Amino acid sequence: MKLLICAGPATTGKTAVLRHMIRKLLAKNLRSAFLKIDVQYAEEDEIFAREFGIPTKKVYSGELCPDHCNVMVLGDALRWADAEGCQVLMVETAGLCLRCSPYVDGGLGIVVLEATSGMNLPLKVGPMLSLADIAVVTKIDRVSQAEREVFRSRIQDVAPQVRIREVNALYGIGIDPLVASVEAFPDAGENLLLRGNPPVGTCTICVGKKEIGWQAHFGVVRALENQVFYRGE
Amino acid sequence: MIESITILTGHGKKGGTEGVERIDFKMGDVVSIVGPTGSGKTTLINDIELFADGTTPTGRRVLINGMPPPAEYRDNPACNPIALITQHTTFLSDLPVNEFLRTHARIRSQSPVDGDGLVRQTLDFANQLTGEPIIPTSQMTELSGGQTRALLIADATIICNTPIVLLDEVENAGIHRTRALELLRRYRKIFIFVTHDPRIALLSDYRIIMQQGRITDVLYANDEERECSVKVSQLDDLLTRMRDKLRFGERLTIEELEGVL
Repeated sequence: MKLLICAGPATTGKTAVLRHMIRKLLAKNLRSAFLKIDVQYAEEDEIFAREFGIPTKKVYSGELCPDHCNVMVLGDALRWADAEGCQVLMVETAGLCLRCSPYVDGGLGIVVLEATSGMNLPLKVGPMLSLADIAVVTKIDRVSQAEREVFRSRIQDVAPQVRIREVNALYGIGIDPLVASVEAFPDAGENLLLRGNPPVGTCTICVGKKEIGWQAHFGVVRALENQVFYRGE
Repeated sequence: MIESITILTGHGKKGGTEGVERIDFKMGDVVSIVGPTGSGKTTLINDIELFADGTTPTGRRVLINGMPPPAEYRDNPACNPIALITQHTTFLSDLPVNEFLRTHARIRSQSPVDGDGLVRQTLDFANQLTGEPIIPTSQMTELSGGQTRALLIADATIICNTPIVLLDEVENAGIHRTRALELLRRYRKIFIFVTHDPRIALLSDYRIIMQQGRITDVLYANDEERECSVKVSQLDDLLTRMRDKLRFGERLTIEELEGVL
């Protein structure tokens, strides 16, 4: 089973990119199963099931962070895709807090960014970009060639080892190299590991303490004028 | 060294092969692409800029010096032999003009460059084309439509300085168009203009005719058209003079039309 995990900010064109990839993979007799992980709303699973007749699922992460949810369900999902007789599992996830990334060793990691976003975006999205294998830049027809090239260099400055592919996802231009990368990627093994380090998890706010001000919290905290520090109870 | 680009043609929007099998552009050629709106002119130059390899919706292929272009043309801006001046009249980049141009100069060059010198030259070039000069510390997003187009042309000419330049409806730019053509033609390159402008079309060595997404024909300028071209340029200069007068609040007189009409 080949595993592809696709992340990226909302409305950048992840679904449009994956649609072309699913179609081109099908043409090569590689059937994809599609899993969408989102917080509270998604319909891509129904669209792809209708359009391609492939097995699809969605998971609402709800109270869980979507990337956290991905860790929980990915093992089951690989077995599900296998039972459905697919050769590729595609996971589309809305990485949200920009402190972690959903990619795993053993799966191809793709981040989708749009050329129309600000020039500082590559600096802001953290491991979602820097731990990806490929950064796909969409909406290239919406900006000048010069802007496209400067945007590409802003990505390279923060993530020099990430391959960059510019695509027009409206017409499927530039998708072939992505399909080739999936084909060339080795099958996912049994014991998958998250590629990046998860962020600090001991957080009193996450467990439901709502008081404002670090004085009311313990564990890893921070004040306005200080760096992060540890405070025992 | 780039000596030629070739388009191996594909098909139109509703299928149907194109009117010619291939077009070869030779170094120094000035070419126009003409046709009604929606006929696929912009798609054609996008195919060229993307080094189409049969996978774009038109199925066209682009060869450089008769060979499929190497991947680095697309992956490394320093190796890209094509500069494309799009129809965009706004920038979306939230950077100051000088920082944007310095970055572009750095990535478009294979060796270290005098960034500040190139930025200065680019702005000098752009400011010859636009009514209101561009201030280097302005945000790219603040520039007017005319300033944006002027900067795109200057960036393509000075910073990209590529052997192939594609220009999409440069006449709509709200810039000093005659001056732009004059400045551009000082360079020996392959120029491909998408245009609705008779002056630009007639100044070209040949023109590509488009209809419903297909290249239907390639017409070479003949002697009669070369004669027309002189007259059309005079008419165009007249109209430019009259436009400027109106812009600056002056009155027109009937005498101005004499000698041309």
